[in-house]
This record gives sequence, C-alpha cells and structure tokens, in this order.
Amino acid sequence: MMTVSAVNDMVIRFANVNGTGSASANEMFAKAIFRMGIPVSPKNIFPSNIQGLPTWYEVRVSEQGYLGRRDGVDLLVGVNPQSYAKDIASIKEGGYFVYDSTKRLHDDFIREGVHYIGIPMMQMCMEHYENPRHQQLFKNIVYVGALAALLVIEMEVIQNIIRAQFSRKEKLIPPNFKALDLGYQYAKAHYSCPLDIRLERRDHVGDSIMIDGNAATALGAIYAGATVAAWYPITPSTSVVKAFETYAKKLRTDPETGKKKYAIVQAEDELAAMGMVIGATWNGARAFTATSGPGVSLMSEFIGLAYFAEIPVVLVNVQRGGPSTGMPTRTQQSDILSSAYASHGDTKHVLLFPSTPAECFEMSATAFDLADQLQTPIIMMSDLDLGMNSHMSPPLKWNDVRKYDLGKVLSADELEKIEKYGRYLDVDDDGICYRTIPGTHPTKGSFFTRGTSRDEYARYSEDSDVYERIVDRLAKKWETTKSYIPAPELFQQSNQNERGIIFFGTSSYAALEAMDLLKQKGIVLDAMRIKAFPFNSTVADFVDSHEEVFVIEQNRDKQFRALLVNELEVSPKKLTPILNYGGMPITADAIIQQIMKKLPATAPLISTNNHKSKTL
Amino acid sequence: MTFVKPAFRHPGLPKNKIGFRKADYEGAISTLCAGCGHDSISGAIIQACYEMGVEPHKLAKLSGIGCSSKTPTYFLGNSHGFNSVHGRMPSIATGANMANRDLIYLGVSGDGDTASIGLGQFCHVLRRNLNMMYIVMNNGCYGLTKGQDSATADLGSVSKAGSVNPFEPIDLVGLSLELGASFVARSFSGDKTQLVPLIKAAMSHPGFALLDVLSPCVTFNNNNGSTKSYDFVRDHIEATSTVDYVPEKDEITIDYEEGTSSSVVMHDGSLIQLSKLSPHWNPTNRDSAVNRLQEAKAKGEILTGLLYIDPKSKDLHKILDTVEQPLNSLREKDLMPGQQALDKINASFR
Repeated sequence: MMTVSAVNDMVIRFANVNGTGSASANEMFAKAIFRMGIPVSPKNIFPSNIQGLPTWYEVRVSEQGYLGRRDGVDLLVGVNPQSYAKDIASIKEGGYFVYDSTKRLHDDFIREGVHYIGIPMMQMCMEHYENPRHQQLFKNIVYVGALAALLVIEMEVIQNIIRAQFSRKEKLIPPNFKALDLGYQYAKAHYSCPLDIRLERRDHVGDSIMIDGNAATALGAIYAGATVAAWYPITPSTSVVKAFETYAKKLRTDPETGKKKYAIVQAEDELAAMGMVIGATWNGARAFTATSGPGVSLMSEFIGLAYFAEIPVVLVNVQRGGPSTGMPTRTQQSDILSSAYASHGDTKHVLLFPSTPAECFEMSATAFDLADQLQTPIIMMSDLDLGMNSHMSPPLKWNDVRKYDLGKVLSADELEKIEKYGRYLDVDDDGICYRTIPGTHPTKGSFFTRGTSRDEYARYSEDSDVYERIVDRLAKKWETTKSYIPAPELFQQSNQNERGIIFFGTSSYAALEAMDLLKQKGIVLDAMRIKAFPFNSTVADFVDSHEEVFVIEQNRDKQFRALLVNELEVSPKKLTPILNYGGMPITADAIIQQIMKKLPATAPLISTNNHKSKTL
Repeated sequence: MTFVKPAFRHPGLPKNKIGFRKADYEGAISTLCAGCGHDSISGAIIQACYEMGVEPHKLAKLSGIGCSSKTPTYFLGNSHGFNSVHGRMPSIATGANMANRDLIYLGVSGDGDTASIGLGQFCHVLRRNLNMMYIVMNNGCYGLTKGQDSATADLGSVSKAGSVNPFEPIDLVGLSLELGASFVARSFSGDKTQLVPLIKAAMSHPGFALLDVLSPCVTFNNNNGSTKSYDFVRDHIEATSTVDYVPEKDEITIDYEEGTSSSVVMHDGSLIQLSKLSPHWNPTNRDSAVNRLQEAKAKGEILTGLLYIDPKSKDLHKILDTVEQPLNSLREKDLMPGQQALDKINASFR
C-alpha cells in the first residue's frame, strides 16, 4: 500500500466534538511543532453552535514556510464517530487515520489506501482516571502523546507547554503528563514509530510569535491610545474587544487608584456601538468598534453620518460568510463593497487590508491616526481566518518615539488667533478641515455637527451650490487620502511579464505560495498586494501595464474586481477573477488550478530567472 | 416675523455669577411655528443655564431628528451641538460622555424620536445611568411630517385630521420609573415656573435625568379631542409639588412645614426644595412615585413635577470605575505601554 512520506511538510487534521475540551490539546500540538522551530499554521474549523457538533482543527506544517491552507489531509485524528465517514474520505491516498479503538471500527469505515492506527483512548482513560470529566478531557492528551511518538515531537517541548499552561493549577500537571505518556507508550509499543511522515527540529521560525489577528488588532488599538471601545458581540470579531479589555486591564489601570484609563461598553446593538464611537471621537477621544458583516449593515446609517459630518471612526470588520446570517463561523472576503460604500448617498470609505497579525497590529494603530488625520471612518478589513486563527508572525514592534497624530484639531490658543472659525473651511486646500473639541474655548470654535447639508461655518443649508461645494470637497479629500494610506506592495518582476495577479488580505498566504509553485511550472506572474482603498495610481499603472491581471478574492461576486473597475475605470476584460467562497480559506492549489485553466494553451512558459517571492 | 437676530444688547443688562448675560445663552432664531411649546422649553433651558451660571462651552447639546431635535440650534450658541440620526442620540451622548466626563450633557429628543425608533437606545442609556439631562419635548405627534400620531399619543386622542388613535400610549415617565431611572420628572412647556427649577435639578443630578415635557404642537395637535393640546393639558394638569432648586453655593435654608414640603439634598450639597401638594408621596421612593402615577392615570390627570430622584445615584463612570481625568485628555505618557511591554507580550505568544 502506498504511504505518504514527508519530513516537516504535512497536514494534520483533528476531528473532534465541540465542547469536549479538545481545543487546548490541539493547540498544544501546533505549538509544540512551532517550538521545534518548524513553521506551522493551525486553523479552527468550527460550527456555529455551542456544543455537541463536529468541529475540526487543521494544522499545516511547512518547512518552506507556506502558511496558507493546503488541500489533502495526511493524518487525521478522528475521535468523533459522527463524522467518521466524511473524515476518512478526506484523507489522502496513503495517509493515516488515528482513532479511538476502544470500540471496534465498523467495517463501513475501512477504506483501502488508508493506514489505520487504533489507540484505545477511552479505555485507557477509564482505567487511569476516576472523574468522568477527566476521562473525557485526558483522552485529548492521550492522542497528543500518541502523535508525539508517531510523528516525533520532543516530549520535553510538550511537557513545558503543559507546565506553563497549568502554572496556576499545578496539581493538574502530573495527570496531564500521565495521559501524554499513556498515548506515547501505546503508540511506541503497537506501531512502528516514527511514521513515514515525521517532524525534525529546525531553526526556521526565528523570533516569530504565534498570535491571532484579533489579539494583534486589539494591541494596535491599545498602542494607538484608544480609550473608548463600544461593541456588540458577533463572531468572528468578539475577541477583538475582549482582548482589548484584557490588555487594557493590565496596561491601562492606574496603579495608584486602581481606576481605569479606558471605558468599554457592550452596547445594546451595533447601531448603538457605532453611535458611541462617533460620540467619543467627536468629543476628542480615540474610540473604535469591531464587528462583522451583519454589524456593518446595521452601522451603515451612522457610518454615513460620520463620513458626511467628518468624524473620525475606527471600525474593525472581521468578515465572515454572508449574505444575511450566512456562515457565521466561516471565512470570506465578501464585505468589500458593503464596507467601501456603506450607507446611502455618495459615500466612500477608507479600507485597510491586513494580511498578517503583525499587520493587524500596525494597521490598527495606523487606523487611529488616519481617522484623525482624515476625519472619516477607517474600516479595517480583517476576516475570520486572520482574526480567529493563530498565525506565525513577526513579533509586534512599536517605535517608542511615535506620537499620536491627532490631525487638524485646534487648541484654545489657536482658536484665540482666528478671527472667524469655520468647521468646514478648506484652509489648506487638501479637503481636510480643522475641527475643535467641545469644551475647548468659551466663545470660539463651537459648531453644530449634523448629517444634513451645511455651509463652511456648519450652518444648515439646502442651497445647491453650498451642498455641491461640500461633496466636491469631500471628493478632494478622497484624493488627498491616497497619499496617506499604505501603498501596495509589489512582488517579483514588476511590470515585466504579460500577466499579473492582484491580491489582498488573507489570500496573500496562498497567493505567494501559488506564485512559487507556478514559477516551478515556468509561469512567472507579476504580483501586487493591495493594502488599502482608495487605490493609488500604482494600482492603475499595474493594471495598465499588463495584458491580463488575475484578481484573487474570497467571494462569489468578484467584489474587489468590481471596486477596481469602478474606481479605476479599467476595462473589466483585463481583470480575470480567481475566486474562492466556500467558507474555507483559499488554497494555493485553488489559485493555480483556476489560473492554469484561464491561460491559453499557447501561453509562453517564461523562464524563472531565479525569481524568489518575498514572504509576507 | 424676523429672520435675523439683532446682535446689539443693552450694556446694562444683568450678568450672572460668571459674568454672562442671558443673551449669551441664546442661539439662532427659531424656525419652529409661532407658539410651539418647544420654543418655550428652549426659553426655560436658557433661563436655567443663565441662572445656574453654566459655562456655555462646558455644555454639549445633542439631539436626534425632528422638530424638537432642531431646538438645540436655538439655545446656547456657544455650545457644541450634535444633531444625530433619528432616535440614536443616546448612543452619541454615551460616547461623548465616556470621552469627557466633565461636560454637562443635554439631550433633546421628541416623542417620535424617543418612543419609536429611539426607544431601545432610550432604555439603555437610562439603564447605564449616563450622566445627562434627557428632555423629551412631547407633543404626541410628528410635526415635521405633518401630524401623524406618535407612540406617546393617548388612546382615543383625536388628530387634526379627525382620526382617533386606537393604540395605547407609551408613557415615558412610567417606563423610566420601571426601568430604574435615577431622576424622573414631568412638566409642561407652558409652566416655566415649574420647568426651570426642574432643568436646574436635572443638570445637577449625577446620572440619567429624564424630563418629559408636554409641549403642544400648535400646528398639528392643538385641536379639540387631542390630549396633548394646550387646553387639554391645562385642564388636566396635577402637580405633585412645586419645586425650588437651591445650588450648593447659595445659602441653603430649609423651611418647610412637616407633611406639606420636603427637600432632597443632592450629591454636591445642592438642594431641591419641594412644596408637596400630593399626599402619600415621597420623591425618593420609587414605589410611591409609581403608585401616584397610576392613581393620576386612573383619574385622567396629567401628573407633573419631580416624580422620583435617587440622591445616591452612581453614573456610568462610577460604575465603570474610570479615572477622574477625562479620557479625551489622556496622551502618550498615560496610554502607551511602550516596546518593553510589547516585548513581554511577544514572549507570551512564543
């Protein structure tokens, strides 16, 4: 029988039951590999319910450092009979199925080409633990122990993780060690260890960290000086504000008084959350909210107000599968248009597209500066994959001399020198006006903020000329915005090949891998990663200078492509969509297959010239 | 009718304790209908702020959408104003207050704004006991869209067009008492003597202060059969008390006859003196207020006055335990943990 064989290059999937405590064991497994210096990329694949249903955890191990999803499972740990049929079918030819052999596996589940590794997990736990909850929990540690033997994970590494995890509940350490050992010894005694797929210590992770995007985003908000957060719980964004609260408690509590230098309110709904952010920033604090697609829909009216009344807002949109309630626990990039043009009337919003946790941190911090500088909503477009999964990432960095850029805010002294203050006067001819914070000056600088049309002095007006002056100035500000926001990143031989690809956000992991693999086939594509909307001129140049540009995105309706067509007025014919919208993160394979299909049979195979794509 | 307000003020006009004249508390000229109850309320706000010696720039005035929500333009021209979206002023006020606890927050809303689209936000801002004065200019109808019934219109009340309202009203006072508001009062735009001290007391109250002010719509709801017309309200008004507000800095003298008057000492030492008209009623007892309100309702009376106050009210900042310094004044040295802290955080993720 064929056997998959590889060192440090595999996909391991765990098929568990939601609510059985498997998550921490699975994370322990991924972290142990990471601590052995091998790049690893774990993903939670979980249902939208509380407990009892199937849930999966998938770990990609890639010595080359490819951190996107890869199709095909090399080894599956199946402890949920409910999903056995589907799980066993997902295993690659020659792959392994590790299962609980306490009960005999039904003949229906025997598939040719799969190696079966039975470990009597429940039986061992029944024998060694009395507490029923422990019997269930330690089953998870038993399979981690078995995998340590089968794949060669250094026991000391796992033991250290357990020690750290239970540093405050030390009496749980010995029973964890025991479970680990039970699994390990059983696998050693009954199977030929290691398997043909196995791990070897490397030094490929450097000083990287493993962090999820939502935590990194929250830290960005902390470092940017956000003091007010208003939110309403929604998957997959909930952990952004929860992490903000955790870090604020540690880092923002006055040591002398014990009082908080921040205020967090869980609002009654997303509408109120956005209202609170607007009220707080109008009043001179840095404030933000985090939500997902349905929340953006609810917030849209207020987002339009913030755009028109020119109030800084930071909104983190951790996208999930839509439309409507869609697939709340699956990933997509399908809020591009609803975020870019949120609200009625002529509105446009600045979007930021982070690709990694380090970028979540940096962009989150930058978003607050941008919001203040541009006095407009800034929407950070994360997604479930980035937000809720741990990713290997460069460590987070902060320049201690960095100051908050509060933009054009007039102080009492500055107001004193001004003869007549006009909130919406374009003094600097860049479309950005000077604002004042309530309470600044007794007689100067007050104005009325409203969502209705008004003149340069914030006086209500329905005069056509006045209105046109406002909206034209906002359009001018939009042009100014292009020089403030992060520029796209170019990869490979820019503008030297006939074809290019454009990607953004979490598609970048798979896109970079696809570029490398295509190169091996002799196909070299120029590539651009877009980090923000509005698009600056380099994006138009990139499209113009190629015959065909593949646009990679994770939605059905080619939303990013539509944005490019609409905003750059480029021919739709030049932009070929490469899509993925099943709710699972896009894979390099999916990109390659679609690109290959769309290449003409006569497409010249360009020599590679040792192009090496940059890592993110 | 004039559309321009004369800038000239007689130099001999009196000034308040911080040196401002009453005109300093005025705003732009009103565009509401002549005789609108809302204008009387604006006048009462101006009077109260002048008498209190409020620094105009230390008050933020916020509103939603509707006739009432237009009024902040017509008072306190040196205050920042925010005319938000329909019914969602409470969340803006909440955010603003979180950012700077030192300003006075005056929310102005209408019955359409508060009791329909804004009912949810109203309930929640009340629940959080946000330190603000929330005035509902309540006329039981939609003036801006020409006179449709609002959710506070009484059952059986007749509109100008002659239709009879078939639905029970939402009583914002009863609702507020039920939801746990720490200051609840009802008044009538035509009763400035009662309204001005209530506004002063509401501004001093450290928590959510509801002032439901019946404010007849002269154009669309001042007809026979309307229960929010001037005539109807005047005929059915029943005061719990007449109120006098004595600020902390003034000499406080308590002079009331047992059983007919009482006084409430507020957090800052200010005093609300009540000449009590209603028997068996205690303004610091919620049950008492609820009972008296129900009695009045059964008798067809419109009960006005300070109905309930919790002198020990704890506002949102107290509940959240935030620092005394306004959050919007904190800067890098207060907020930024630096790379050293980040190094530790990085290490926790390895």
